[in-house]
Amino acid sequence: MSTGIKDHAALSDIFNQDEARVDWHDETLWFVRAKRDKAANTLSEWEALRENASQIKDHVLSNLHDYLSEFESNAQKNGITIHWAADALEHNQIVHEILKAKEITRMVKSKSMLTEECHLNEYLQKNGIEVIDTDLGERIVQLAEEPPSHIVLPCIHKKKEEIGELFHEHLGTPKGASDPQLLTAAARVHLREKFLTRRAAITGVNFAIAETGEFVVCTNEGNADMGAHLSEVHIACMGIEKIIPKRANLSVFLRLLARSATGQPITTYSSHFRRPREGQEMHLILVDNGRTQQLGRADFRNALKCIRCGACMNTCPVYRRSGGHSYHTAIAGPIGAILAPNLDMKQYADLPFASTLCGSCTNVCPVKINIHEQLYKWRQVIVKEGYADPKKAIAMKAMEFTLSNPSVYRNAGKAGRWVMKNIPFLVNNKLNAWYNQRDMPTPPQQSFREWYKKNNNE
Amino acid sequence: MSSREEILARVKKNQPPLTVLPADLTALIQYPNPMEMFGIVLDGIGGTMYPVKDYEEMIGLIKTQFSNLPRVISTIPELKELTEKNWEGQDPHSYENVDVAIIEAHFGVAENAALWFTESLMGQRVIPFICQQLVVVVHKKDILSNMQEAYQQIADSSYGFGAFIAGPSKTADIEQSLVLGAHGPKNMTVFVLA
Repeated sequence: MSTGIKDHAALSDIFNQDEARVDWHDETLWFVRAKRDKAANTLSEWEALRENASQIKDHVLSNLHDYLSEFESNAQKNGITIHWAADALEHNQIVHEILKAKEITRMVKSKSMLTEECHLNEYLQKNGIEVIDTDLGERIVQLAEEPPSHIVLPCIHKKKEEIGELFHEHLGTPKGASDPQLLTAAARVHLREKFLTRRAAITGVNFAIAETGEFVVCTNEGNADMGAHLSEVHIACMGIEKIIPKRANLSVFLRLLARSATGQPITTYSSHFRRPREGQEMHLILVDNGRTQQLGRADFRNALKCIRCGACMNTCPVYRRSGGHSYHTAIAGPIGAILAPNLDMKQYADLPFASTLCGSCTNVCPVKINIHEQLYKWRQVIVKEGYADPKKAIAMKAMEFTLSNPSVYRNAGKAGRWVMKNIPFLVNNKLNAWYNQRDMPTPPQQSFREWYKKNNNE
Repeated sequence: MSSREEILARVKKNQPPLTVLPADLTALIQYPNPMEMFGIVLDGIGGTMYPVKDYEEMIGLIKTQFSNLPRVISTIPELKELTEKNWEGQDPHSYENVDVAIIEAHFGVAENAALWFTESLMGQRVIPFICQQLVVVVHKKDILSNMQEAYQQIADSSYGFGAFIAGPSKTADIEQSLVLGAHGPKNMTVFVLA
């Protein structure tokens, strides 16, 4: 999907044209959030787990150099080939080289937000390699030629009737069929054939353990395992921040991840890959792509603690009512809005403003990232660096001038009240961005200052 | 400089001052009857638990539940009479038509109904994922309360591949409607041996 130069507000307007769909989207995600609360409440140690996970991740970031080296050397001892990629392009080239060496032109891929971030599919397709996404939600958006709109629920924006239509066109299901059971069964048959015939599989990585050199992949469908265990070549792609120190630390993260994501007690499959299968090649790519830069930004580094559960999206009043595509980046929602400006402050200058700063994201984050505080801080950095929307910048400048000059402030207030009373169409029109979603209030007769002067008899 | 050296150098330069790795949590959830809790949670995620007193009782149940299915395989010696012989060691793709796979778990966990397997118990890595129905055998004494106990049990054991499996393969990607059997097993039956 090309979003051109449209920002979050403009893209949200498109999503908001269908009010019934917005309500449905909002309610569906809130339902997932409510399941998260229920799951969290089954454990009296929930808050202790969050604090523990947060501290483990803080520690990892403070010792990342040594943990990366330790992981690399242990993984190599296990027979895993380790690659390092400075950016998205190098990551994509490494994947392509591995496939070229084995003369592989068709492959399966399970969910990996990193490969979305790197636009791997587009790169490989341009180089003549077919990639089939095997997560059901990802396959659906792939057939629709759209990016995922949510990191855990990739096609949460789609109605079952639309999916039925796509499947009718691509998989030959009966026209008009939209029963999720029937559609899933059709996808099962369609994708099983891919698993059985493709020689290479890509997976993401949820956790990589420095102590043992193994990595863990979590899915509900089993698609990562179907791909990996049937392939000659398994390529796992991970951001460098996915390291954890010890295997025992997994207990904390596996208790938090699925409960935060969907309210399940754990994902169906938590697969620990330590050595390649006999006769199989196993590659792992460690990707920077802006992460080391973010590590150096003291105010923003702890966004690197994210375990990609999506809880902040499900709870966010702005995400729920604007949809994932309005964020025009691989990772939508509050966490995406603090990760994206690190990569490109200009392109993503709008995202930290797509928030009410209500703090609900921070409250549900399983690793206690201060998401709403970072949104607020990014706004300041973006305005200071000159990347703010010009309309917003001018309004801010005018506000600053008015608020720092008492006499200007008094006169502006008077003028405003007079205009709203006598010539309301001057402000009640489309040029006033504030008026777009709101009715202007009835102007008061006097300001507080005037009232106080009149009524204060001291 | 290679990307490896560049990345490591940037990490070293940008990482914050060292903080301590926190100690493991204590006083985590304990269930008075872990097996009972395991059964409740398993039911909630689409699986079924049967407590059985011995293999004989289990074999009877397997015969009634999975009769008429052509391809049943197992890694458990006690179940030899029910299953295909010499199925191990083939190309993993050849298990595509396995109807039922019966494998043993090292242990189960009550808080999430997850069971821990390493590849030595699977026969082949792909088995518990590619079969149409998965049957698991676990001993009652091996049902733990929580995941911390689980990793204490796993400790520093060596395996090439290991997995927690909790219930059948599932998806809710279409309008949050839960469907069992996304790619892998459509159901999961757990026999708990007294």
